[in-house]
Amino acid sequence: MNDIGLWLLLILAIGSTYVWRGLGVVISGRINPEGEAFRVVSCVAYALLAGLISRMIVLPTGALAETPVFDRVFSTIVGVGVFFLFKRNVLLGTFGGVAVFLVLSVMRAGS
Amino acid sequence: MPAKTYATPGAAFAGGVGDAFKVSVWVVFASMTGFGSLARDSGLTLGVSMVSSGAIWGLPGQIAFAELYATGAPVLAIILAVSLANVRFLPMTVAMMPLFREGVKNRAWHYVLAQLASVNTWAAAMRVCPHLPHELRAPYYVGFSIVCMLAGLAGTATGFVLAVEFPPVVTLSLVFLNPVYFTIVFADVRHRAGVIALLIGAVGGPLFYQLSPDWGLLATGAIGGALAYLVDRILRRRHE
Repeated sequence: MNDIGLWLLLILAIGSTYVWRGLGVVISGRINPEGEAFRVVSCVAYALLAGLISRMIVLPTGALAETPVFDRVFSTIVGVGVFFLFKRNVLLGTFGGVAVFLVLSVMRAGS
Repeated sequence: MPAKTYATPGAAFAGGVGDAFKVSVWVVFASMTGFGSLARDSGLTLGVSMVSSGAIWGLPGQIAFAELYATGAPVLAIILAVSLANVRFLPMTVAMMPLFREGVKNRAWHYVLAQLASVNTWAAAMRVCPHLPHELRAPYYVGFSIVCMLAGLAGTATGFVLAVEFPPVVTLSLVFLNPVYFTIVFADVRHRAGVIALLIGAVGGPLFYQLSPDWGLLATGAIGGALAYLVDRILRRRHE
């Protein structure tokens, strides 16, 4: 695929993402933020995001799929643990979890 | 979360910028560094990588774009995968926009605000904006979002340029940073309906994905979200 083809592909990808955002604005204008429909949509958003994230950890695609599931789950648990241990420090938890993952990956590569 | 407020829209904008620098900016920078490396590895150009960060502005979709482009998938498959990976923006936008309804009367701006939403900036808006007066919400959210986006662009460029220097385990760890970070963000959600939805979604995500890689995510949101809503409703009734 040449450069122009790649840019066209990108524009289609951008449009196909924005469709959801734009549709969201249209629909949000018609629902009451205090109402039950709003509660349902919030639940859907949270469930969908949680599903996406747990799938990225348990069943990732691409290069991450080559790593052992133990490493991914263990590192995530450590990250959450660090977060709660250190007064809910998100930065420390995130980089703590990633550091554990990095160390495990390096150890496996070396053995 | 202590309820804080600001004197002027300018102060709210600055407050959003400041809050973003506490955590989100660094996480966005680091994770987009991972994407930049992946993008180069996948054969994308620097320009395409950066425009995808700013305009798709949703890492799962961007990753799908880069990976499928690299494997030479058909155009329709790439577009559908990116779109499905980003379908979360529909319920997210529907849930978020009512926060700005009173403060931003010109509806055209709502379409711009929607473009700024990522999981990061959405979570910040949902957490902070309900406690702010209406006219300060959009400035706070825009300040928060714009620095995150700039950090994302800087991260993408950094990752792209340094991809050849990084060992593969480092790139991989940066890609892994995303799910770890979002797990922690959601571990901090307190309201009951949200917690129930997150737990059901976390279990349902991988299960539904195995049933259908293409539609599993949508099914998780629709079925898991509906179930969470019903459970919360039953619990609410019981306490009344």
